[in-house]
Amino acid sequence: MLAAPATYDLSIQARTLRIVAKGLWTLETVAELDPKLRRDLKGLVYEHVAFDLTGVEGLDTAGAFLLTRAIESDNKFKDWVLSAGNPGQQTLLKVAADAQLGEPPRETQQWRDVLVRTGKATMRFLDETVDTFAFLGQFFSRFVGVLLRPSHWRLKSVVALMEEVGLDAAPIVAILAFAIGAVIAYMGANLLGQLGFSVFMVDLVGFAMLRELAVVITAILIAGRSASAFTAQIGAMKMRQETDAMTVMGLDTFETLVVPRAVAMLLTLPILTFLAMMSGIFGGLIVAWVTPTDISPILFINRLREMVGISHFWVGMVKAPFFAIVIAIIGCRQGLAVSGSVESLGSRVTTSVVQAIFAVIFIDALFAVLFFQLGV
Amino acid sequence: MTSTPAPIEARGILTQFGTNVVHENLDFAVRKGEIVGLVGGSGTGKSVLMNTLLGLKSPEGGDVRYFGKKRADLSPKEKTKLQNEIGVLFQGGALFSSMTVRQNVMVPLIEHFDLPEALMRELADMKIHMVGLPPEAAVLYPADLSGGMRKRAGLARSLALDPQILFLDEPTAGLDPIGAHAFDQLILALREAMDLTVLMITHDLDSLYAICDRVAVLVDKKIGVYDTLDKVAQFDHPWVQEYFGGPRARATMATPGQKRRDKASA
Repeated sequence: MLAAPATYDLSIQARTLRIVAKGLWTLETVAELDPKLRRDLKGLVYEHVAFDLTGVEGLDTAGAFLLTRAIESDNKFKDWVLSAGNPGQQTLLKVAADAQLGEPPRETQQWRDVLVRTGKATMRFLDETVDTFAFLGQFFSRFVGVLLRPSHWRLKSVVALMEEVGLDAAPIVAILAFAIGAVIAYMGANLLGQLGFSVFMVDLVGFAMLRELAVVITAILIAGRSASAFTAQIGAMKMRQETDAMTVMGLDTFETLVVPRAVAMLLTLPILTFLAMMSGIFGGLIVAWVTPTDISPILFINRLREMVGISHFWVGMVKAPFFAIVIAIIGCRQGLAVSGSVESLGSRVTTSVVQAIFAVIFIDALFAVLFFQLGV
Repeated sequence: MTSTPAPIEARGILTQFGTNVVHENLDFAVRKGEIVGLVGGSGTGKSVLMNTLLGLKSPEGGDVRYFGKKRADLSPKEKTKLQNEIGVLFQGGALFSSMTVRQNVMVPLIEHFDLPEALMRELADMKIHMVGLPPEAAVLYPADLSGGMRKRAGLARSLALDPQILFLDEPTAGLDPIGAHAFDQLILALREAMDLTVLMITHDLDSLYAICDRVAVLVDKKIGVYDTLDKVAQFDHPWVQEYFGGPRARATMATPGQKRRDKASA
């Protein structure tokens, strides 16, 4: 049986709009009918609507929705009746009419959505910044409190976290720093060798590794590795209501979760940084030795001691504790901000890594300005 | 057509995982327009049976028929058409988490129909209204919804294409009694409005009493008994007796008049 095409006929008698519909009014046909029906309904003046659906062979919610568009005109809802049709059509029309009545007209425009999202993102960025600083302040006040009461030092958990954050990360930090040191040395050998100053590559490796690269590379690596781990650990505890259980048992989540992580980070990041410095310089030394520049290890170390002062070591080293605190704080804060859902855990972990790396580089830039002004 | 063939029918279903036989010679049919509750103990394979009926899993023996046609005999085109006649509400709603509720409801429309964007939005909003969600919910993401709202949103998506058959997997699990009752009433109202045939897996005795026309009990690898609730409750089988004779069931059955009135008024 081939269904007749959907047609309709509008007529107005005594302020009543009579809609006689025929054929198939379903999802398959609504796309075609919709613009036509809208156009035809425009400008009609009527008070009541009467539907005659005896000729309709198939009706679903989409078709009913289209028909009941007629009950709204000039922002006023008209009363309607099904003058001819079956009970099934009556219920469908009623459902659709309810939807027409119940829903406030809402314009959603793409360009507006973009603006809304931009605004929301900006506000979120500001909120996050404020919250992170607030969390930092909260941490320091608690940290001092814990420091004053040695019985609250959770040494076991600090040592366990130091292993996780520090020892486990040591090989990758060393290898990475070695590779970077080697790369810097190659660059130096290439560029400075052309000018005949290839011995200056020692200065280059020393300056770069000690002042900037070792500490920044280590911090970024640890931000990626441990900030995410902190967020995931604490976030998972939050999801399983473990943190709530701790609170009702009188355990302070800040003291048990955040402080040990921050302390572990504070103790290990400088050590890792030192490791990275040594490893990076060693990488440079090897390259200097094996390339045609032929700088022997003894010459390398002598020149390093002569040209690169100890102050550069401290310039790098002094940044490590700052990075450590920021990474730990961001990781823990994001973890505690996880709400019940898996999606929020995922997005918080991402946020935590992004924020931590951003903060590390931003703080490093601030230090660069500071040291430049100080003339160090 | 003199008699309408059953929308869903399973004949001689055999399901087994390795040597573990879950269903054996299982026969089951749902008549048009009825709401059937499927109950059974843990591990009796309720979900497996539902997956088999949905075609997510093919049975090791027997066949599943829709409207009198064997699923296996359908051409890919017919299968797609059939799939559009079936709506499923999964236990957790199974909403796509990266999309808003409205986008979720629009997915089947986009996939199967060539409609203008604006009209699809309107149709999606109508479905969202039909399941009793506030209009603001349309632009929320599943993560922002409560459990009850998520189920309603899932229901809206399953109704997007006006299916004839609706599968519900534990629709009231995890809802509070008020929310569960409201959901039951919603199913009744939608059945009325959209002429649905409903098969629901449920453990909620209230739901069974309030809205199911018939109850099928999955025991001993087959549908042990399949009848109205009063008769099922009388059935002589240890599990059935324990299930319907337990203190919870007795408490629910103690006020049957109330339930019946609800059912009649909806």
